[in-house]
This record gives sequence, C-alpha cells and structure tokens, in this order.
Amino acid sequence: MDQLYREFILDHYKNPRNFGDLEQRDAEFADTNPLCGDEMGVHIKLEGDRIADLRFHGQGCAISQATASIISDELKGKTVSEVAQLDRRFVAEEIGIELSPTRLKCGLLSLKVVQGALLGTDEWPSGTPDEDPDAADVARLRNEI
Amino acid sequence: MEVTTAQAALPRSVEEIRADFPILEREFGGKRVVYLDNAATAQKPASVIEAIDSYYRRSNANVHRSMHELAAEAEHLYEGGRAKVAGLVGAPAREVVFVRNATEAINLVRYTWAREHVGAGDVVLISEMEHHSNIVPWQLLCEEKGARLEYLRVDGQGRLDLAELDERLAAGRVRLVAVTHVSNVLGTINPVAEISERAHAAGALVLLDGAQAVPQMPVDVNETGADFYAFTGHKMLGPTGIGVLWGRRELLEEMPPFLGGGSMIKAVEDQHSTWATVPAKFEAGTPAIAEGVGVGAAADYLQALGMDAVREHEREVTAYALERIAALDGVTVHGPGDAAERGSLVSFSVEGIHPHDLAELCNREAVAIRAGHHCAQPLMRRLGVPATARASFAVYNTTEEVDRLVFALESAKRVFGA
Repeated sequence: MDQLYREFILDHYKNPRNFGDLEQRDAEFADTNPLCGDEMGVHIKLEGDRIADLRFHGQGCAISQATASIISDELKGKTVSEVAQLDRRFVAEEIGIELSPTRLKCGLLSLKVVQGALLGTDEWPSGTPDEDPDAADVARLRNEI
Repeated sequence: MEVTTAQAALPRSVEEIRADFPILEREFGGKRVVYLDNAATAQKPASVIEAIDSYYRRSNANVHRSMHELAAEAEHLYEGGRAKVAGLVGAPAREVVFVRNATEAINLVRYTWAREHVGAGDVVLISEMEHHSNIVPWQLLCEEKGARLEYLRVDGQGRLDLAELDERLAAGRVRLVAVTHVSNVLGTINPVAEISERAHAAGALVLLDGAQAVPQMPVDVNETGADFYAFTGHKMLGPTGIGVLWGRRELLEEMPPFLGGGSMIKAVEDQHSTWATVPAKFEAGTPAIAEGVGVGAAADYLQALGMDAVREHEREVTAYALERIAALDGVTVHGPGDAAERGSLVSFSVEGIHPHDLAELCNREAVAIRAGHHCAQPLMRRLGVPATARASFAVYNTTEEVDRLVFALESAKRVFGA
C-alpha cells in the first residue's frame, strides 16, 4: 500500500470538497508553487473573525489538490488568529503523513493561500524548508526548479 | 542538420559503455537506477572524473601567469580542454570562450554585442519553445533598450514555421534571431541552417542555444550558419560550472568586453585599459580550470564514440520509447511524432495524473524522470498544460530501461485508477 497515494488522498484529489467559487466573500488570495506549477486560490466568507465558509480553486498535483480538500472542513469555524498559528504540523496531522522536502510545498500551498487571504502575508507557513533550511532540503528543492 | 548515417554504430557495446559510468551502479530500494533525466544533466564517465581528480592531485596551478612547471602543465591541460571542445563542434579554439554555462554564454552576448546593436524599436526574435535562458536575457535587454521581443509560434507538431520567420523578418526591424537548436521539451530539431540563411538575408544575426544539441548529435558550428552558438559542459558528460560561447571571430574581436578584471586585459592604465585578444578578452578572473580539463575529457569521450553513432543509438532508444509510451491509454506525447525529427527525449502527459505525481511514482521504481515546466513556461502555456513529464536519453540508456519506465508508468496509472 502506497503511504502517500493511498485511497484517502486519491479520493480527495478526484472528488475535492469545498472547491469552486463563493459569490459573496470577504477575503481571497491565490498563489502558485514554483516547483511543479501547482495553482491554488481561495475565497473566504467571514462571520466576525471566524471562517464561516471557504472554497478553493486550482489545478495541480494530487498532493496539492487533495490537501486543500482535506483541510477545508477543518478550517471552517477557525478564527483569524487560530489560522495564523497553523503550520506544517497541522497539515501533516490532517493528511496523516509527513511530507518529504520535495512535496512539502505541494502540501502547504492551500494553507499558504488561506493565511495570505486572512493575514495579508506572502510567506510560506512556518516549518517549510525556506525558513530554516536544511542543506539537504535546499539541495533537493533547488534541483526541482 | 540531420547528418545521421544508417551505418553509424557505436565502437563498443552499450554494456561496456555503461561500465564507464560509476553512478549507473546505484540502487534505490534494491532496484538499479534508470537515469532518464539527461536533458537536465548527464552522468559522467570515469575518464572525466579521473581527469579532474588527476588535475588536482598532480597539476594544479593558476593559468596564464606563472613561469613554473606546474603552471605550464595546468595551462597545457586547460587550453587542451578548450581545443578538444572546439574540435567537437568544428570551431577554431580561439573562437571558443569559456563561461559558466549556456545561460552565461547567452547573457554575454546580451551584455556585449546586443547592447551595441539592438536599439529602440528593434526586434529580438525568439521562439515559443525557448528555455528561460534564451528568453529572460532578451526580456531584460528589450526593457533596457525599448526594443520588442517577438516569438515565433510553435505548431501542433512542435515545429517552427519558416514562412512565419520570413514574415517577421520582412518587417525589417529584427536585429537578432535567437532560437534553440534542439528543444529541451519537445525534442524538436530545428532547421537552423535555413533559419540562419533567412535571418542573414534580412540583415539579422543568429544565436543558437545548443545546450541540448551538442551532447547528442554531430554539430558543426559553421554548418549551422550561426553567428553565436551557446552550450554547456554538464549536459555533454562533462562537469558543471563550465560552458561555451562560440562566436565568429570578427564579431568577438569587435565586441566590447563582458566582465572586467584580471586576465582579460592587455594593459591597465590609471583611467582606462586595453583588452587582451579573443577569447581571453571575455574571460576575466581565474577560470574554472579543472572544469576546463574535465570538459575536454568529455569531448574526447564523445569523439571516441563518434557523434554519428551516439545520435543513432539515442534515436533508436527514443523511437522505441515514443512507440511504447504513445501506446499507453490516456497518454499524450508532445512534439514531433517521428524520432528522426526529434532529439533524444519524450515529453508526455498522462490523463488524470499530474506530472509531479507521475515522477514521484516513477521514483518508487528507481526510474528518474523530470516533471515540471522545464524552464519553458511560455511553451507550457502554448501547449495548454501546467507541466509535463519528460524522459530524456543518453548514450548509456537502453531499450530495457525504457521497459522499466513503461512498467513504472503502468504502476502509476494503476495507483490513480487512470
């Protein structure tokens, strides 16, 4: 059984939840993963400082698209300050696997655009190799470009 | 430029050739690596590795300036490397400028010749199949000069249209045509001699990006008709950190220098300097000496095999790969359908599986392919895909390795139910 491409991930890839547009939205953001060209955008509707609803849209590899789908329900109801605290551990717990350096940005792109929409940041979520790079990670990531 | 002869055969078996490349012994998860990412960089034969090792162990010294024996030996080895690389592409050694890579070679032309000869309203004509290395320098130049960057279209078969080239040239403002000899995504072998002839008739100069061509087929820079020809060492079985700009001598002599510093001067006055002769004029500072020696050893290795035979072997492997990959359900192959018209690579898309996932699943089978935009984002937009998967072949690859790739692709399709 493939740990990464197991049925749970593939099901979310093929039938993504909370994908599409929100006509009425309070925040949005879109970005790409330069490594493999994944594209991801998000529309968010707020109630006070809580996420009332959200929709992702994009195209890309199974990991990027499935992760957005998997975390989408979990994000609903979270406050802006709660979203600000989320990092790679949140994504790893939600998808049930620790991503390798080459796939980490695929998995973090959806969280990045949500944080971009709500916090106005263009930084990758904390815990990505960019922030505290391990030499081997950097070498592998550079190799992908 | 297709000069393959049907009889060209490798002087040794592929098994013997494979034994020259230590890295091909590597195994991952108990499986022998199948390296099909040669368009990104090629593996190195022991002779190249040993030439670099021997240079550092026995002959290391700086070049061009000292009188002692080691310096003479280092200079002899380094300039010997230049002569061997020049010989591989039919050029005189003094027209071969050593740079870091093909990107730097193109940037050298952008900062020297192009800055003096491309002005406001002029056109730099490239194509939709260029690598970023042959796009971005010209974007920067055009921004600086108020010139216009135009793209030749790529047709559905991955080819350029010479009639469109004629139309663009007829408008009268094209100063430079800069195109790739062989596409790193589509594999297309462009009709470079025809392109040069037409460009010259319209008063434009021609720069060819030969990064993919030189490693895999006979290239004679004079037969291409080009004015500048850029290529790199690491894709032709040599080390990283060394590339080549070939230029016609009279152009190189007229051009201003690129970087200023040691080695590139004749005399340095307080307020100005005069320049060394070509190619030293373009090689400021201590060069990549060991890499020059190494790339010379790579040229020797390729010459001993014979570029006709290298091309023929890779054409056979590519034809086999084209046939097997195209036969898979849900697979689209990009670029020319006939291996005779393409270089040694196959780019493809599999319905329902992103190329990045495909590459990861191939990696489980120890099959190394590339997935991504291949530094050719304008071409990806033209093809209407975010990325492609690419298998690219070198002289040490075999049809059995293509079978391993196809097995990996079939496994990936099963995982995705595609």
